[in-house]
Amino acid sequence: MALKKVKGNFERMFDKNLTDLVRGIRNNKDNEAKYIAQCIEEIKQELRQDNINVKCNAVAKLTYIQMLGYDISWAGFNIIEVMSSSRFTCKRIGYLAASQCFHPDSELLMLTTNMIRKDLNSQNQYDAGVALSGLSCFISPDLSRDLANDIMTLMSSTKPYLRMKAVLMMYKVFLRYPEALRPAFPKLKEKLEDPDPGVQSAAVNVICELARKNPKNYLPLAPVFFKLMTTSTNNWMLIKIIKLFGALTPLEPRLGKKLIEPLTNLIHSTSAMSLLYECINTVIAVLISISSGMPNHSASIQLCVQKLRILIEDSDQNLKYLGLLAMSKILKTHPKSVQEHKDLILACLDDKDESIRLRALDLLYGMVSKKNLMEIVKRLLGHMERAEGSLYRDELLFKVIEICSQSSYLYVTNFEWYLTVLVELIQLEAGSKHGRLIAEQLLDVAIRVPVVRQFAVNEMTNLLDTFSISSQSNSMYEVLYAAAWIVGEFSNDLEDAERTLNILLRPRQVPGHIQGVFVQNVTKLFTKLATTCLENKDVSGLIRLCDHALEKLQSFSSSNDIEVQERANASCILIEMLRSQFSKDSSYHKRTTMVALSTDGVENLPELDASTIPAIIPTLAIEIVQEMALLFDGELIPVAPKAQRKVPLPDGLDLDEWINVPPEDESSNSSQEDKDELFVSAAHNDSGALSKRRKSEELTPEQIERNRMARLIEQSHNPHYIKSSPSATEMNKQKGPSANNTSYNVDQYDNIDEIPISELSLDVPLQIGVMKRSDRYLIQEKTMSKEKKKHKKSKKSKRSKNKVAYSSSESEDDSKPLHIVNTIMDMPEGVALSDSEDKDCKFDPNDPHRALNIELDIPDLEETKGRYHEVKPAPQNQNNNSQTLINEIDSKNKTKKRDKKKSKSKVNDVEELERRNKDEDSVPKSHVKSKSKKKSKSNANTSNTDLLDISPEMIKSFAKTTLDDSISTVEKRKKEKSHKSKDTSKGTVSVKKEKKAKHHRSHSKEKKHSILESSIGGYEEAIGISTPSKEII
Amino acid sequence: MIKAILVFNNHGKPRLSKFYQYFNEDMQQQIIKETFQLVSKREDNVCNFLEGGSLIGGSDYKLIYRHYATLYFVFCVDSSESELGILDLIQVFVETLDKCFENVCELDLIFHADAVHHILAELVMGGMVLQTNMTDILARIEEQNKLVKQEAGISAAPARAVSAVKSMNIPQQIKDIKLPDLPQAIKDLKF
Repeated sequence: MALKKVKGNFERMFDKNLTDLVRGIRNNKDNEAKYIAQCIEEIKQELRQDNINVKCNAVAKLTYIQMLGYDISWAGFNIIEVMSSSRFTCKRIGYLAASQCFHPDSELLMLTTNMIRKDLNSQNQYDAGVALSGLSCFISPDLSRDLANDIMTLMSSTKPYLRMKAVLMMYKVFLRYPEALRPAFPKLKEKLEDPDPGVQSAAVNVICELARKNPKNYLPLAPVFFKLMTTSTNNWMLIKIIKLFGALTPLEPRLGKKLIEPLTNLIHSTSAMSLLYECINTVIAVLISISSGMPNHSASIQLCVQKLRILIEDSDQNLKYLGLLAMSKILKTHPKSVQEHKDLILACLDDKDESIRLRALDLLYGMVSKKNLMEIVKRLLGHMERAEGSLYRDELLFKVIEICSQSSYLYVTNFEWYLTVLVELIQLEAGSKHGRLIAEQLLDVAIRVPVVRQFAVNEMTNLLDTFSISSQSNSMYEVLYAAAWIVGEFSNDLEDAERTLNILLRPRQVPGHIQGVFVQNVTKLFTKLATTCLENKDVSGLIRLCDHALEKLQSFSSSNDIEVQERANASCILIEMLRSQFSKDSSYHKRTTMVALSTDGVENLPELDASTIPAIIPTLAIEIVQEMALLFDGELIPVAPKAQRKVPLPDGLDLDEWINVPPEDESSNSSQEDKDELFVSAAHNDSGALSKRRKSEELTPEQIERNRMARLIEQSHNPHYIKSSPSATEMNKQKGPSANNTSYNVDQYDNIDEIPISELSLDVPLQIGVMKRSDRYLIQEKTMSKEKKKHKKSKKSKRSKNKVAYSSSESEDDSKPLHIVNTIMDMPEGVALSDSEDKDCKFDPNDPHRALNIELDIPDLEETKGRYHEVKPAPQNQNNNSQTLINEIDSKNKTKKRDKKKSKSKVNDVEELERRNKDEDSVPKSHVKSKSKKKSKSNANTSNTDLLDISPEMIKSFAKTTLDDSISTVEKRKKEKSHKSKDTSKGTVSVKKEKKAKHHRSHSKEKKHSILESSIGGYEEAIGISTPSKEII
Repeated sequence: MIKAILVFNNHGKPRLSKFYQYFNEDMQQQIIKETFQLVSKREDNVCNFLEGGSLIGGSDYKLIYRHYATLYFVFCVDSSESELGILDLIQVFVETLDKCFENVCELDLIFHADAVHHILAELVMGGMVLQTNMTDILARIEEQNKLVKQEAGISAAPARAVSAVKSMNIPQQIKDIKLPDLPQAIKDLKF
């Protein structure tokens, strides 16, 4: 035996250890993968040996290899072997490997339960400590359930080291097995007053985490925390407590009032920046929670803002960042106090640090006014040109739109400027994901600001003309949707409607929903043009128009997209109807026009027609045009976002009633089919049409294939059919007319190229390089304001008149057209636009803390006494509860050291009794609660007492079912989570590392020279840490 | 909660990775890579907080990092942690490493990755801060090392001797390490 051991050790000397492995990898930089593969083979051999030390060495190497990105889960069983070794050295290596590669879904974990339990109960505190550390990384719901009791026992261990770890461990247990929270809570509460500060801190930490979900549960602990806050000097713990109070104050405003004073004291007294910052944060939270009707708190706000200003002005970028972060919280409730520091925030916009600029952007929302909006937007646009990284650019774009559009464009004084800015944004940010947002803005402005429409339609025509869809997947093409709609809807303001019509009729590769809008607006434009033709009695023009539009629309009517097809067909028919009125009069004319069109285009027709055709317009044609005009008549006003919801339910309409009585549940085998035919169920039995339809649905794949082939053949023979695939048309285009037999297509494309439009498309891009068009407005405004100053005296009287007329503002220019934003919204009759938001309950299935949303009624000390001495069924009122808590804080404030011991000893045995009871009833209770949270508390309580009478067997079985439930939900959540992480994995980031790397290479000659040596002296300057660690510890 | 702790060098080579939430190995590598790219392009005199890592966490999460000589120490934390507190924690971590390795350098982290893990385990457990007092941490580590030495006892002596011999030629290897081709680096410098 001894000999074997010695032999084992001897062999070990020549095995590769971790250091050798690392060295080997470094020496084989060129073929690292090959070397590691070889090492893994060796490791596999080592793992097959019996000697635990050899295995241990192998597992240590695996842990290192795992860090390099290699999957080592295949060695899971060996890792468990190493974990189960009796030697601390091996155990530690085993648990480390396990913590790196096991996860809650590992099936191997089933094997570990008893081994971990043994370790937890080990005599050696470090065995248990290592086990806890490892377990915290991979604990599964099963392990949590099985080990909860052991960990709870450790919470009252004699060794503070273990108590501390066990307390933290309990949080992980709660996450996986929420049922443990109820029985463990009293003990956790005790730990808040543990003699060891580390354990105290751990308990605070756990409760802080717990309070992220359902903080109401922890309100009754406020007095304890309050005491800790006023007595403790451990900054780390203070920070946590103060953060916790920040979460609690919204629930209990009176708590906030109590907090203000000690927090302000801390702000004044502390030298630790981290603590100061958290104090400010919590004071802000308190001030937000206290309604604004408290004038005496303005001092606190002032204090906060002042301190934040100091932070922002600090040379330490970290403090600057945090200062801005906190500022944005104040901005929401006290915008005035932040606005005083406008200068500071605007200065931060130019900071070299992107994080800081982003934070300053958040604040910008509250900083703009009519006077500085243009200036700020100009700066942002400038940033956008220079900025790298799509994230930041997108954010900038979003902010530009946000600050301009806030409160119904309150600060926009010139909408022509705003539209120009939007168009510039479109040109600047072709890759942005905010295309839809810009499109919405364009629509909104065009609809709600009537005076700017003329400008808008012309701008949009240019946009339609010049915008090219790049191949990258982006959403910017959405703006075409808006542009097409605007030019169509407000076609009366167009300068050259015919040109716009031609632009819209151009074939392009755009998504169906946008092409559909194009077609629809072609109809609008056509109507407009037709009406003008009628007014001018220009028959030939009208005919020409009809033929031109018809010809172009034909191509759309065979579009891939059903929407485009439908709209194109509808328009074609309408126009054909109109056209047919003229063909009756002169059938030969049609021929000439067609010929003319297909040969020469549109240009040289008018003279010819005018000479041959008498200008008599058939009355029916006039009627048709008028009817068409009527189609698009009337002003559109924006629809309020909530309008749909506010439509009142008409009398006698019962939405829950069946429209058709659902069929009896026959013996039909597929319920899916029934569902499909819910609405025709009356005719379900023997309707011929229906059975036909069902037949067509039941085509076999072969039939479908055959039909498809037939259709394809038919299509290829049909000269009027335009090939749907873009590549085909592309090819045709390239090959030229001689190369293929679908010459119709080619002709059409040739014609399009001849349409004299393309030369117009130059003006917009050319101007951009020189000066941004939007800047023109800024300069204009500046000169205006200068003039204004000159004429101030003479203006005064005028101005007062203006004020009467438009009560809106101070900075309107007299010469400029006043832009009035139409704020009328379309709403159902008799309904007013209210601000009350129907809040949808937000529910995030991926929230890891969701399971902790348990209601814990923590009985107060007095309450407990009452309940157990004289069974008191009265419901525990939340209000009462908080009242007692406030009283308690008061009393504690006054007499800090009351005879606590006395009451505690009395309570202790009561609590013990209660705890035992609770262990039994906790599971059913939580079940009841989670099923129907809205049940009143009294209900829950009574059911609770009822349940106590149930036999233990029943409770057990019940507990089991609920357990299974909870586990399955946990598993589900896991899956969802993993899905999510997969989705997000596709983010990409631009790289710029080489330069940086080279810069640092000179430092990193990998010599044995200390990291700290260079940083200890230098780090304070280099990184600018304002808070040396001594402050905190 | 701390979601992950990463240590990598100026070239993005991982020196320590600790994830308190499960990711598979490929994902872990991607996260390290992305984090490196985010962090490395920041200059030294900008703030140490970073938002917008798309792989790890969401809007609730922040990257808090520090750059020491050749190494980046990055903590990914959620909003329940104090930003400045975590910065201090990183400092504590590095100072502890310095005490344990006596003038720590990147090589120590490379060759003693396991030891670094054990040290970290005394600071952070399962994503929650365990201990911030450096003397306590050092005491715990010292006791555990003593335990390991005891266990190894006399039987480990030969193994130690062998590894000592193996380590002898470290200076030689340091000399062998290829230096970056300086001319190129000099060319890149602009005056």
